[in-house]
Amino acid sequence: MTPLLDIKDLATVFDTERGRIRAVDGVSLNVAAGETLGIVGESGCGKTMLSLSVMRLLPANGRIISGEILFDGTDLLKLSEEEMRARRGADLAMVFQEPMTSLNPVFRVGDQIAEAIRLHRNVSTKQAWDMSVELLREVGISDPQKRARDYPHNLSGGMRQRVMIAMAVSCRPRLLLADEPTTALDVTIQAQILELMEELKRKNKMTVILITHDLGVVAQSAQKVAVMYAGKIVESASVENLFDRPLHPYTQGLLESIPAACAQGPDPKRRLKTIPGSVPDLYHIPPGCRFSDRCAYGFERCLREEPALTEILPGHQAACWKALEGGR
Amino acid sequence: MTEKLLEIHQLCKTYNVSGGFFHPKKRSVRAVDHVEMAVYRGETLGLVGESGCGKSTLARLLTRLEEPTSGQIFFKGADIFSFSAEELTAYRRNVQMIFQDSYSSLNPRQSALGIIKEPLTIHRIGDQKTREKTALDIMAKVGLGAQHARRYAHEFSGGQRQRIGIARALVLQPELIIADEPVSSLDVSIQAQILNLLLDLKKDFGLTYLFVSHDLNVIRFMADRVAVMYLGKIVETAPNFKLYERPLHPYTRMLLAAIPVCDPRRKEKSVAVRGEAVAENDQGCAFRNRCPYRTAICSEQSPELQEVDDQHFCACHLAGSI
Repeated sequence: MTPLLDIKDLATVFDTERGRIRAVDGVSLNVAAGETLGIVGESGCGKTMLSLSVMRLLPANGRIISGEILFDGTDLLKLSEEEMRARRGADLAMVFQEPMTSLNPVFRVGDQIAEAIRLHRNVSTKQAWDMSVELLREVGISDPQKRARDYPHNLSGGMRQRVMIAMAVSCRPRLLLADEPTTALDVTIQAQILELMEELKRKNKMTVILITHDLGVVAQSAQKVAVMYAGKIVESASVENLFDRPLHPYTQGLLESIPAACAQGPDPKRRLKTIPGSVPDLYHIPPGCRFSDRCAYGFERCLREEPALTEILPGHQAACWKALEGGR
Repeated sequence: MTEKLLEIHQLCKTYNVSGGFFHPKKRSVRAVDHVEMAVYRGETLGLVGESGCGKSTLARLLTRLEEPTSGQIFFKGADIFSFSAEELTAYRRNVQMIFQDSYSSLNPRQSALGIIKEPLTIHRIGDQKTREKTALDIMAKVGLGAQHARRYAHEFSGGQRQRIGIARALVLQPELIIADEPVSSLDVSIQAQILNLLLDLKKDFGLTYLFVSHDLNVIRFMADRVAVMYLGKIVETAPNFKLYERPLHPYTRMLLAAIPVCDPRRKEKSVAVRGEAVAENDQGCAFRNRCPYRTAICSEQSPELQEVDDQHFCACHLAGSI
């Protein structure tokens, strides 16, 4: 099966006063139609810039310098701005983390959804309004006729995120990029939003890229996972393989540092496993493997040569010298 | 059990909110509603709840950053709201707070050493020289070296800033630390470092923690005893393992069911998670509109916290029978 989205060797750079940083540094990945790909990583690893690159919505000082983003065979990077605009919303749509800052505070939510619909479909204002009410019902907002007339500040955080999702799916996109869609929400609301996304995905046969720092969310929602570290993908596998047998020391460290993974109850000797140090500053990336300064296994080779993302087990790739040698 | 370090008795805090320019009618919101709770010396009490449940207001009342509408808080038997200025100073020396946002809670124009030293200056402990030494000692304890002493908040990473916040709280050698979401803005690998540090410090300094968090996994790791708060009320308190193994309150069960499990093969939810927390100013149980078990009595009477099992308290009319 050909993938719906196929990213090849993508590099996105930012020119800042302190110099150039490579926020996305040679990323290749693909998502098959109907699949949910989870992209996991800590803050600053480049996961948001990767998704903004796919949408071609980078901030003014960001630039894609190489690579291809093939969406159903078409390279999005070769499209004109006008052609890209026609695709955004209709073919691929995005849900952001902060529903309050991504909604316009001075328009009714119904009008905002209707605007998105009218941009892509030739319908009357009245029809677009009716469609947005219907969408609000679809995303589980009770009394949608009344809610459509509300302003964003009238709604709770969970409802705002439902509105954002309604807007994103309004033109039935084939690919939905969700960037930390539940991070600002309470855990009971998060569970409901994830369930809603799953339901919409199934109903609309959507493909989803879910960007998150929460491994629990990935375990529950994704079929495939890519782990990002300092602008690169360091491991990619099916969700079962990644959780059963993480190959990269960074993935292993992440999984072990979750409080839920440790001994149950208050054992006086309890300790969490940690990853020493902190995420590297993209201005000072260590030579060789980017994780080498925090890695428990660092060999001499790790300090000199950067490992490439290589298939180590069937369908399971990692960028690590140790995994390469030990996995065979 | 051991000595009660802190005792909270029928504590209430009501805020008046105006309905806005077009609706000048005032409403009142009960952020903390008849809270009854105790913290024992040497334990970590985890206080868990979702946003808006009143857990931060409770922490602010405990540090006397807010005055209560009614009710009392006793620290080692003394009512903290009737303290004289002098007694209040002594109380604040004994009860210190660690904040969530380490960036906005650190003075950007002071060096790390200056920030950590300041409580000693305020409380007039030691002279210039000994203060500096004490501050440097504490810095070493939280994993910051002398080379960090002259740096400013913006030069540190999030995890290091939280270490400064912890050092500042510890420098007065308090008995009780109130930690309000101390790790929720940190990445998971850094969060683990800070949680381990807090455990070590508790042992080294013989501390008592009131650990406030929305994260049930973090609370499970840290707490000896857990209190669950919902819309201003404590709905359940129990020793750690009892709460997680046999939760009694339907809200606690819903919370636990909502945590995404780090196991791709376990996707079934034991309890349906639905609804949002909406405060209703009436007599009934605050959770009833989300509760799958609600009966007639739930809308008539607010349930009291009662001991259902040994040390296991629950505020639910149906506790033990559902």
